[in-house]
Amino acid sequence: MSTLKVTNLQHPSAASANVTLDSSGNAAFSGGITGVTSVNGGQLGARNAIINGAMNVNQRQLGTQTVNSTIYTTDRWQANQTAAGKYSVGNSTTAPSGFTNSFLATSLSAYSVSSTDIFFFQQNIEGYNSSHFGWGTSDAKSVVLSFYVRSSLTGTFGGCLANSAHNRSYPFSYTISSADTWERVSVAIAGDTTGTWLTTNGIGIQVIFGLGGGSTRSGTAGSWQASTLYTATGAVSLVGTSGATFYITGVQLEAGQLTPFEHENYTTTLQKCLRYFWRKTRVSNQNSYLSLGQGIGTTEVLATLSYPVPMRAAPTYSSSGSTHVAAHASTDFTQSGNSVSNTGVDSTGLNITGSTGAADRCYRVFIFGNDNYIQFDSEL
Amino acid sequence: MDEMQITSAQYVLSSLTGQNDHIKATIDGVEMSVPFDPANRHYAAIMQAVADGQLTIQEASE
Repeated sequence: MSTLKVTNLQHPSAASANVTLDSSGNAAFSGGITGVTSVNGGQLGARNAIINGAMNVNQRQLGTQTVNSTIYTTDRWQANQTAAGKYSVGNSTTAPSGFTNSFLATSLSAYSVSSTDIFFFQQNIEGYNSSHFGWGTSDAKSVVLSFYVRSSLTGTFGGCLANSAHNRSYPFSYTISSADTWERVSVAIAGDTTGTWLTTNGIGIQVIFGLGGGSTRSGTAGSWQASTLYTATGAVSLVGTSGATFYITGVQLEAGQLTPFEHENYTTTLQKCLRYFWRKTRVSNQNSYLSLGQGIGTTEVLATLSYPVPMRAAPTYSSSGSTHVAAHASTDFTQSGNSVSNTGVDSTGLNITGSTGAADRCYRVFIFGNDNYIQFDSEL
Repeated sequence: MDEMQITSAQYVLSSLTGQNDHIKATIDGVEMSVPFDPANRHYAAIMQAVADGQLTIQEASE
């Protein structure tokens, strides 16, 4: 090993030094830097089109859920099925080095999939966040999908990328070679130059991981196809083995070449998730307040409520119970229902119905009862 | 694929304007207030169910 001691590096045709070095360890570049795949092991910033790829944000705190319809558990991740009760999903603390959480799917029976069956989980990437891929144009960029995965089963697993209309599909496959062992997998995918890919607040790209699929839902891995596919032909069926487990975390979809997973601080990921879903849960008196409200006659209190961040679309409202939003003043309002009105992407009117109210009285509006909640859903 | 079980739907009037403001729907067993936004997946599913003849949205109660 030898050391080259110089202060300037200069191309023969350049008018001045391309790189200037100083005694403090600084390097100054006169032009741009290209081809850098990582800095300090990987943080180039905002590379990942997937939100909550590390599965850290879990506002719903649902625990393990049997998949009987479309359900969301870990923020931004949706589980689906064509036959109810064949697997469960949840957020797990089993994770590879550098991670603390994963998404877990567990088979609940040994189910033989029919030709039209499909079991999968997915994240729908908003068009605003995938528009830079340029899909559907001649400038479509290649991407890399990477993730850490662990299963009690081994073999060739499958998944698919698809557009909003689901008439463009790219089935992919990957191999899990050792049971119950974390492995990092990457799949390179050529950008799609055809098809319609939304660049709006609709679904830009569906990123689908198959857990078992029939022949009509599966396609040959490795190419774009003008059909509705969810997984790769011949992929392992998790739901076919009772008790089989599938963990995944560190999911990343990025343009160009594979880089290390882009870790974010929790607040950054939470802020991104809040665009799609916000649940406010009362865990104590200190975080129960929602807003101030005004008595409308004796049977209604109307308050205004702003969301933490503007949401993707006007959200659907629900609460944990009809008496779980309360309004108190010098004389308490007796609540019996709650709903919203004039809902927009950044705020809503919160209506509490009941009795014993007073017109124009000012009320403190809050969530009544620990562990009760209100939530706003603008998921894709 | 977004499977929802929509078992009821009814327009709700705004107490301020007296006009239809949103839809009160029971979806997957949960009562929800669904705004009239085509980009909202619950609203899109309700409208699809109506178009398919599987659901009727009840008029608002006065």
